[in-house]
Amino acid sequence: MIAALFGPFAEFAFMRRALVGCLALSLSAPPIGVFLVLRRMSLMSDAMSHAIMPGAAAGFLVAGLSVPAMTAGGLLAGMTVAVLAGLVARRTILREDASLAAFYLVSIAAGVALVSTRGSNVDLLHFLFGTVLALDDEALLLLGGVATVTLVWLAVAYRALVIECVDPHFLRLSGPASAVTHLSFLAVAVLNLVAAFQALGTLLAVGLMILPAVAARFWAESLPGLIAVAVLVAAVSSVAGLCLSYLYGLPSGPAIILSAGAVYGASMLFGRVGGLVRTGLPGRPGLSGNT
Amino acid sequence: MTSTAGVAGAPLLSFHDLTLGYGARASLRGLTGEVRFGDLLAVVGPNGAGKSTLLKGIVGVAALLGGRIERHRAAAIRDIAYLPQRAEIDTSFPISVQDFVAMGLWRRIGAWRRLGRAEDLRVDAAIAQVGLQGFEAVPIGRLSGGQVQRMLFARTVVQDAAVILLDEPCAALDERTAADLMTLVREWGREGRTVLATLHDLDQVRASFPRTLILSGGVPVAWGETARILTPDNLGRSRGAAGPEAGSPGASAPLREGPALRLAAAAP
Repeated sequence: MIAALFGPFAEFAFMRRALVGCLALSLSAPPIGVFLVLRRMSLMSDAMSHAIMPGAAAGFLVAGLSVPAMTAGGLLAGMTVAVLAGLVARRTILREDASLAAFYLVSIAAGVALVSTRGSNVDLLHFLFGTVLALDDEALLLLGGVATVTLVWLAVAYRALVIECVDPHFLRLSGPASAVTHLSFLAVAVLNLVAAFQALGTLLAVGLMILPAVAARFWAESLPGLIAVAVLVAAVSSVAGLCLSYLYGLPSGPAIILSAGAVYGASMLFGRVGGLVRTGLPGRPGLSGNT
Repeated sequence: MTSTAGVAGAPLLSFHDLTLGYGARASLRGLTGEVRFGDLLAVVGPNGAGKSTLLKGIVGVAALLGGRIERHRAAAIRDIAYLPQRAEIDTSFPISVQDFVAMGLWRRIGAWRRLGRAEDLRVDAAIAQVGLQGFEAVPIGRLSGGQVQRMLFARTVVQDAAVILLDEPCAALDERTAADLMTLVREWGREGRTVLATLHDLDQVRASFPRTLILSGGVPVAWGETARILTPDNLGRSRGAAGPEAGSPGASAPLREGPALRLAAAAP
């Protein structure tokens, strides 16, 4: 057991790099995911992650499989879409998720078309499912940098973000903090998706963001609790996924997301807060308390 | 306590042929009149009369489509406490009553400063004032509708604003909660604050609000002293303009559209 856990990481540098990258991602993406889930924007994160693909593909067409070029392209495309959708939601009656649903389909089609004009099927697979076992220095720096920026941003914006979530009108009436908070939240979300794109590809980038956040809902009730559990779930899923992929020759990205999915399933069944098994028990101390 | 920054009776907000709405659609048209310092003004009328739109227009959430709002001293949007309808609060968000009420300190402490002892005491005092002692650490999702409304009032107390807008503060409340909250409104009036509230229950209006504005179908029907304005005639016109449900003009029954919902165990 211990050997299975440490062996591959001790033996292979690429496994250690994958582990470091995934742990960095586990620190930053799940807290953002918690807020996305609480704001009922989980679908939107999916749409945003797809919007990144054509941007990254454009970078790929210009400079090949280069991390800086693909990241710049992805950031640009993701930010554009996120900010546009944010403005549309603020200025019109169209809800944010509705305007994003359109981008979702167009982006993935455009991305696949762009990559296919120049690249091979292997390149396309990299785009769609990531290359967590082939993270180079640049990719690792990106993941670590994004994690740092995200944690600093969370510390700065936490209070405003919470207020914006609970009562959006309140901040809007108190000055420009509301727009700044909302737009910077979208920006940080895109940043995390671009980083996750390196490791997990466009189709799974959202996985380490949303699955741990959803699983955490079954264990914690306070916001700090949710964030802590989500980070823990993501980290455990990363380690488990990498080990499983090593032992059984599974593709690593999907193995990590499947591990997170397994934790989500177990949480749904056995979770302390509203898990199915608990809910089924008679006389549970449930939501009816205190009123 | 904030200075209420004005002499009672001096003009606070002047509406000049005001038209407000959402997008290009006007929900309130042709309102002219003046809110004065220290007014306790009830805005009544059937659903769709434009009551909430007026409050949202004052704080800049509904769009100004025509006319203008003249803001006299202490009536800048940032100095107004706006209490939204309960439905606009995401009560499933995992924060405690204490944290929610502390939102009222935003103008004072902003995004980063920590809550000092004085702030903690203010928050606790406000929670006690609305009768929610013992609920400080409870997640807001576990509160009943009446308790959520009490909590919103506590946040407004903490905001300590000279001008307070209340959107449907008594909708679907049990009688005791409504009475408690109206007592708080009268207290705000004695402290020299200006309060605008949209209401359905005319008994509450008569008991607590010296001035009334009646709206109907997006246009003003009457505005002035409550006793003089809430006449069977005006109420009949208000209901008549609202549509088929027009009751007998002589009835002084509440404007509310249906039986008031009674929330069980709303008061702690």
